[in-house]
This record gives sequence, C-alpha cells and structure tokens, in this order.
Amino acid sequence: MAIISNATTIADAGAFSVGLGAMVHIKTLTASDSANLSFVHGSSNVVLDSTYPLYMFKLINIHPANDNVQLMHNGSIDAGSNYNVAATTITFEGEKAEGSDGGTLGYIQAHDHAQGTGGKKLTYNCGNDNDQSLSGELMLFNPSSSTFVKHYIAVVSNSHNGNYEKNTYTAGYYNTTSDIDAFKFFYSSGNIGSGTIKLYGIKDS
Amino acid sequence: MGVISNGTTLLDAGALDSGVATGAMTLLSTVTASSSATVSFTSGINSTYKEYIFKFINVLPASDGVKLKFNLSIDGGSNYNVTKTAANFYAGHLENDSATGFGYDGGLGQSTNDAFGTVGAIGSAADEGCSGFLHLFDPSNTTFVKHFISKVTIYGSNPQSQITYGAGYANTTSAVNAARFNMESGNIASGTIKLYGVS
Repeated sequence: MAIISNATTIADAGAFSVGLGAMVHIKTLTASDSANLSFVHGSSNVVLDSTYPLYMFKLINIHPANDNVQLMHNGSIDAGSNYNVAATTITFEGEKAEGSDGGTLGYIQAHDHAQGTGGKKLTYNCGNDNDQSLSGELMLFNPSSSTFVKHYIAVVSNSHNGNYEKNTYTAGYYNTTSDIDAFKFFYSSGNIGSGTIKLYGIKDS
Repeated sequence: MGVISNGTTLLDAGALDSGVATGAMTLLSTVTASSSATVSFTSGINSTYKEYIFKFINVLPASDGVKLKFNLSIDGGSNYNVTKTAANFYAGHLENDSATGFGYDGGLGQSTNDAFGTVGAIGSAADEGCSGFLHLFDPSNTTFVKHFISKVTIYGSNPQSQITYGAGYANTTSAVNAARFNMESGNIASGTIKLYGVS
C-alpha cells in the first residue's frame, strides 16, 4: 500500500519515494588502543558492496599510540581474511611548520606505491603528543565493480610529529577487478590510540 | 501506529524506523551576504556533530582582487583569534591561455591572523566570485587540536580559474564554537554560506 500525501507518493513497496538525503551513515568505529579499524561487508551491519556506487570514510581525530608513524589503509577481496590488494598510488602535500615562515609543496615519491600490496599511506610522521591527531576523508569508488580497478581519493590534515601542519593528498587504484569487500585502517607500527572512523554510502543521484 | 509498507516498517512511535536509511548531512544555518563586512556563525557549532561543513556559494567581494579569509573563536564570537598553523596550495589557469600556476602560498605558522580560504585574488565583476567548502572536525573536543580542510575555486580578478586547497589546525584544546568569514578588505557583496552538521 502506498502512502500518498497531497497527491505525492511518500512511500511505496517498502521504501520511501521521497528524497532522504544522498549521504547515508553506515557504521561508526571508535578506536581504543586498537591494532586496526576494519570495515567488513556483512559483519556488524557494515555495507560495502554494490549497494552504493561511492563510499566515504571520515577520519576524526585519529591519534597514534606511537610517535612518528604512518597511517595506512588496505583493501581485502576475501572479506578481511587478507588485506593485501596491489595498488598504484600517488602522494603530494603542502606543509607548514608552526614556528617558521614559508612552507613547502611537493610530490612525495617515497610514500607512493607501484603495485605494492602493503599498507597504502594516507599520511606520515604522525605525532602522538596528547593534542596531536589527524582528520580527513577517503572516498572509495565502486568497490564491487567486476570490470574496473577500484579508485580512491583521500585528503587529511595531520599534526606532524615535528610540529608541522601536513596537508596530504593521496589517490590511487586498487588494481583488481575482484570486489573489495573489506577495508582496514592501521598505523605502520603500534596501535590506534583513539579516534573515530565513520563509513557512509553515497546514493545514486 | 506504525506505517508499514510491503512488510517493511517505515515509521513508528513518532520516528523513522532505524532500518530506514536517511541522509547524514543536516543543514544548520544559511547566511546570505549583502554588502556584509563579515559572515559569522555563532550558534550550532558544538558537540552535536563530529564534523561540520561550510559551503560557499557564489561569494562575491565588493572590492576587486581580494582573498577570502576565515577565523575561529573559542568564546562564542567575541574574539576571532585562535592560533592556527595551516598549509595552502593552488593551481590556476588564465582565461587567455597565456599562463598557468601551481604552488604553495598563504600558510600560517602559529598565527592568530585570519586563515586563507583562497590564496588567489577574487574578481568582483558581477559574474565572478568564489565557491567551495570548509570542513571543520570535532570542534568541541577538549583533547585535540581542531583540524580543518578547505577547497575553494575562484574566478580571479586577473581572469582565471584558480583553486586553493588548504588544511590546518586551530592549535587549541578549548572548544571552537564560532566561525567568521570575510574578505581581506572590503565587504562581501553577495553570496551564500551554508553550515551543515554531519552525523
């Protein structure tokens, strides 16, 4: 039975017909000295499949347990049994020290990947003073495509351990035509001391 | 009484059922500039959301060749002088195809000055101006600094398309509860700035 108000169909066939917003919150994970934060499709109400063409991870105040570490991500094509998908990536950034004039902008080849299967860096040299952390977002495109590689684009604002603002842009593609059904965030060493990562699905418009 | 359609509960007990996917961006406030010296948001920025997004839509300066700037407040807008470290870079292309640009500009090192929303000079002709976004993360957190990330594109006074990418942190563990936008000189002739909370 449809719900019709003022000649407008509000709901029908078990779904709303009116727009409810394109950005749908799926899952929030909060770190507490956690080795990693992982989003696995079908586990704990996580959706990471063909339901949405675009997924967005929001990273909020991610704080490392260890100083001077790199925040990474990796995908899985076997529901989280292995996080080792090959990717080719790029990294560039602007940075500015707290106590000096000037600033730098550049491509950081040392932190990119050419078909690497290890962790893909979102940023690096993360500080772990009590007030240091990073925040940002990562967009993952069409992870269930069986035709295309899986693109991602990310940007973070990072409190560098040497007291810099590090504005890191990364992008790349997971070079697989298998579906990515799990995604993990972790540091190069040590735990994620604290922080929140939210996963959203972006509806077709 | 619940509202059930095709076996799926959509509404019950005065609220959408938890299984109904809804939007995560909530519009909190819209301010329309009209020869305004500043546009300020002094309410709605609190611990309700972990992320806030400001959207700039066709923000036009009254004076030609000025930059969009912003600052933050920890006292509800009495003072906009939070210490910030920020990094910005840009890419631009002139309309006449004579030059392009790409570089670092407009950083702040522990400064209470206004931060750069754009590092390029915005045109003030009727069809010029700028549009973009500023994300502010977890402004009420009393443990961490407050990160922000921005992306603003302009129609430059030297006719060109130029985009500024910026990020930084307000180096305070006090809650940030207000934000202000202005041109480096002169008024904001027109434009809309919207504030959203992301749940």
